[in-house]
Amino acid sequence: MEPLVSIRPLLAVLVSLAAVPVLVSARNRNVREGWTFLAAVAKLVLVASLLPPVLAGREVVYTLVQVLPGIAIAFKVDPLGLLFALVSSSLWIVTSAFSIGYMRGLNEHSQTRYYAFFAVALSATIGVAFSANLFTLYLFYEVLSLATYPLVVHHQDGEAKLGGRKYLTYILGTSIGLVLPAMVVCYLLSGTLDFQPQGFIAGTVGPLGGTLLVLAFVFGFAKAGVMPFHAWLPAAMIAPTPVSALLHAVAVVKVGAFSILRVLTGVLGTGWLARMDLGLVVAWIASFTIIVSSLIALSQDGLKRRLAFSTIGQLSYIILGAALLSPRGLTGAFSHIAMHAFGKITLFMCAGAIFVATGKTHISQMAGLGRRMPLTFLAFLAGSLSVIGLPPCGGFISKWNLLLGTLEASSPALMVVLLSSSFLNACYFLPVVFRAFFHPPFDRACQGPVAEAPPWALVPPVLTGLASVALFFYPRPFLDLARMAATTLGGG
Amino acid sequence: MISGQYPALLVIVPLLAACLIALAGWLKPVLCFPLAATGLLGAVWSAVGLLLRVAGEGPILYRLGGWPPPVGIAYAVDHLTVLVLVVVASVALVNLVASRATIEREQVHRRGPFYALYVLSVTGLLGIVVTGDAFNLYVLLEIAALSGYALIAMGSPRAPLASLNYLFMGTIGATFYLLGVGILYIQTGTLNMADLALRLAPLHGSPALLVAFLVIIVGLWLKMAFYPLHGWLPGAYTYAPSAASSLMAPLTTKVMIYVMIRLILSVFTPAYAFGVLKLEGLVVWLASAAIVAGAVMALAQRDLKKMLTYLIVAEVGYMVGGVWLGTKTGLTGAILHLINDAAMTLTLFLAAANLVFRTKSRRIEDLKGSFARMPWTMTGLAAAGLAVIGVPPFCGFFSKWYLLQAALEAGQYQFLAALLLSSLISAVLFFRLFEAALFEPAGGKPGHGRGRREEGMAEAPPSMVIPLLVAAASLVAMGLATRLIVQGFILPALSGGPGGLS
Repeated sequence: MEPLVSIRPLLAVLVSLAAVPVLVSARNRNVREGWTFLAAVAKLVLVASLLPPVLAGREVVYTLVQVLPGIAIAFKVDPLGLLFALVSSSLWIVTSAFSIGYMRGLNEHSQTRYYAFFAVALSATIGVAFSANLFTLYLFYEVLSLATYPLVVHHQDGEAKLGGRKYLTYILGTSIGLVLPAMVVCYLLSGTLDFQPQGFIAGTVGPLGGTLLVLAFVFGFAKAGVMPFHAWLPAAMIAPTPVSALLHAVAVVKVGAFSILRVLTGVLGTGWLARMDLGLVVAWIASFTIIVSSLIALSQDGLKRRLAFSTIGQLSYIILGAALLSPRGLTGAFSHIAMHAFGKITLFMCAGAIFVATGKTHISQMAGLGRRMPLTFLAFLAGSLSVIGLPPCGGFISKWNLLLGTLEASSPALMVVLLSSSFLNACYFLPVVFRAFFHPPFDRACQGPVAEAPPWALVPPVLTGLASVALFFYPRPFLDLARMAATTLGGG
Repeated sequence: MISGQYPALLVIVPLLAACLIALAGWLKPVLCFPLAATGLLGAVWSAVGLLLRVAGEGPILYRLGGWPPPVGIAYAVDHLTVLVLVVVASVALVNLVASRATIEREQVHRRGPFYALYVLSVTGLLGIVVTGDAFNLYVLLEIAALSGYALIAMGSPRAPLASLNYLFMGTIGATFYLLGVGILYIQTGTLNMADLALRLAPLHGSPALLVAFLVIIVGLWLKMAFYPLHGWLPGAYTYAPSAASSLMAPLTTKVMIYVMIRLILSVFTPAYAFGVLKLEGLVVWLASAAIVAGAVMALAQRDLKKMLTYLIVAEVGYMVGGVWLGTKTGLTGAILHLINDAAMTLTLFLAAANLVFRTKSRRIEDLKGSFARMPWTMTGLAAAGLAVIGVPPFCGFFSKWYLLQAALEAGQYQFLAALLLSSLISAVLFFRLFEAALFEPAGGKPGHGRGRREEGMAEAPPSMVIPLLVAAASLVAMGLATRLIVQGFILPALSGGPGGLS
C-alpha cells in the first residue's frame, strides 16, 4: 500500500526535545515537572495517532533532509518501530511520575539537569524507533548515548564517575569502533542504507565478510549487552533508580536490542542470514549470554545488580528470537520488547520504592519487608512472573512464541537454553518475594505496620505491575504489531 | 561593474584596511576595530559574491590589472577556491568580533599594530587561496607568515621564543617551496599555474620535476605541521594571544593543505602526483602515524590549549592522508574536512579563549565546575568536541565518513584504523573535560542529596559568547549541508581542471 507522508513521526521525536528549553528555564519545580508530563503525554498521543494507519498496513514516512548522496535523515513508521515507540513513550509517563516521587523523596540535587537529559534521551529513543535508515538510527543511537551519560553520573561522586566512564567506553567504543566501519562497508557495498524488508546487502558480500559484518553489528550495538560487552550495564546501575528503570531496562538497552533487530532484518535480511547459516551463529552468541548472565544474577545480592544481570539475559532473548529467523521466533522477539519492558520497569521501580522508603539496596536486608510493603512486593511478584514467563503475565506470551520459534527452526538445543534460563530466572526472582513475605524480619526497618513509599513512588510500579498482568489477557496492540512485523520482515 | 572585480577586492580591501589601521593606531586607536571589521566584512562580501558567481557561471579567470597571464598575475577562481575563500574570510571575521574583548584587554597599548597585523595576515591567506601564480603565492605566503610571527610574539612571556622557533621552521618551509618553484621556472619558463600544468606534462619522467615536487611538498608539510614536522606548532599556538591562536589555528594549516591540494590538482596533476610517483602507500602510512601520534600526544597534555594544538596535528594527518589516497572520495573527504575542521578548530579555540578570559588559566584541572559558571561557553565547547569525535549530525562526522569510505575503497586499512582510533581518543579527551566541567563543582563537595545547588555564573561577555555560538551552530549547519557542499562545490572542483579524477 502507498506510504503515508506525514510530519507526525518527526513531531513525535521532537516534542520532548522542544520541552527542554522550557524545562531548563522553569523557575519552579512544579512548572518544570508539569512540562515533563505535558511533553510525555503529547509524545504518547502523537505516537498512538500513528497506530491506525500502521495497523491498516500503511507505513508513515517523512524525510527531513538529504545529507549525503543516498543517505537522508528520514523517518519511517512500520509495525516494529511503532511497537517500540509505543512501549517507550507510554512508560515515560509512568517513569516521570516515579521520578517525581523518587527525586523529591530523596531531595536529589541538579534535578533540572536530570529532567532535561531525560527528555533528550526519550527523543533519541523515539528517533531510533522511527529511523528509516541505518544512518538515522546511528545518529539517534549516539544522541542517546550522550544524553544518558549525565544521567548515569548523576551522583557525581567517584563511583558514579567510574560508572559513567565505563558506560561511555563500552557504548561509544563499540559504536565508533565497530558499527561505524560496518555501516561504511554496507554503504560501499550497496550504495544505500535504507532499511528494506529483506535487507539490502544480499549478494554483495561473501561468507567471511558477511560473518564479520554480523559480528560487528551484534557486538557493536553494545547497548544490547551481548557478552562480552555487557559490563557497562551493572556499572551504570549507579544512576538514580528511575534512570535505571526507564533507560537501563527499557529505553537504552532496548534501543540496543532494537538496533540489532533492525540490522538483522532490515540491512542483512532474514533470507540472506538463513542462506548463510548466520542466524545460528547469532543464536548461539545470544544463548551464551542468556545462560551466563542468569548464573551471575543468581549470585548477586544487590537488588539492582541482580536486575541488571537479568536484563542482560532477557535482551539476548530478543536477539535469540530474531536469530531463529522463523515467523514465530520473530513474533516472540518483537513482543518480548514490550513484555519485558513492562515487567522489568516494574521490578526497577519496586527497587526504587524500597530504597526511598527504607534506604535498603541489598536483597539479604529485605527479609520480612513484604509485610511492611505488601503492594510493592506484590508488584514485584507480578514483574518477576512476567520476566520469568509464567502465566498470568505478559511475559508468558512472548516466551511461548520464542519456544515455538525454536521448534519451527527445529533446534531443540536452543529450546533447552530458553527453558533452563526461565528456570534460572525463577531461581533468582522468586526467593526475593518469598523472603520478603515469609522470612523473619531482618531488622527493625522490616517490622511494624504497613508503611509503603510515598504515593508518587508507589503507584507507578503498581500500575505497571497490573499492566504486566493485563498484557497476558489483552496483549493487543503489541502482539498485533509484532505479528505484522514478523510477517513482513520474516517472509523470505 | 564592481562584482566583476571581486577577486581583486578580496585582497585589496583588507590590505587597505590594514594600512589605515596602522595609521589609526597612532592617531585614533578607537577606530582600529571598526576599520578591521569593515575590511574583513568587505572580504567576506567579496568571497560570498564570488561563491555565488562561480556556483552560477563556473570557474573564473581574472587578470590582475588586465595583464595577460605569462607576464601578469592571474587569479584563478574555481569551485574549490571560493569554498575555501568563504571559510577563511568568515572565520577571520567571526574571530575578530569574538576577540575584541581580549585584544582590548591584553594589547592595550598595541591595538593598532595588532589589528593591522591581524588583517594583513588574513590578506595574505586570502591571496594565497585566490592566486593562480606560483611565485605570487610565495610572496603572499610570506606576508601571512611574517604577520603571523609578530602576532604570536605578542602573547605570554614564552611567546617570543615559540614564535622564533616557528619563524625558523616556517622560513625553512617557505624556502623549500621557493626552491621548488625555482626549479619549475627553470624547467618551463613560466610561473603561471595553468601554464605550468601544460608545460610539465611532457616532463613527467624528469628527475628535476621529481625534485621540485618533493621539495615543494616537504616545504608545505613543514608549514602545515605534518607529523613529524609539527614541532613548531604546539608552542606557537599555545603561547600566542587568544585572538591570534584562534585566527591561525583554524586557518594557517588549512590554507597550507589547500595549497598542497591546489598544486596537485592544477599544477602537477593527479596523474603525476599519484599515477607516476606512487608515493601513496608511504604518505598514507605517515598520515596514519600523524593521526595516532597527534591524538596520543593530545592525551598527555594538561594545558587545554596545548591539547587542542595536538589535535590539529592529528587533523592534519586526516587531510594529508585523504589527499594521498589519491581517489576522488579521498580528496572529497580531505577537502570537506578542511572546511569542517576550520570551523571546528575555530569553535574550540574560541571556547578556550572564553575560558582563559574568565579563569585566567589554561590548565584542564581549572575547568572544574565550568558548566555551571559558563554554560554557554561550555555548550560551544561540547558541540565542537562532539564534532571532533565525529558524532552526527555535527560536520566532523561527515568528512570522517568520506575518509573512512575512501580508506576502505583504497584498501588502506591502517588509515581506517587510525581514523577510528583517533575518534576514540578524542572521545576520551573531551569527556575527560566534560566530566570535570559538569560534575566537579569548583568549590565544596558534590551535592548528593542536598537539594538544589546554585552557583554564581561568570560567563564571558556576550561579544565573546555570541560569535562562539554562531560558530557552534555552523557545525551542525555544515553537517546538514554536506550534500550541497559536496555536490555543489567539491565534486565540480575535482572533475574540472587538467587532471580531472575519475
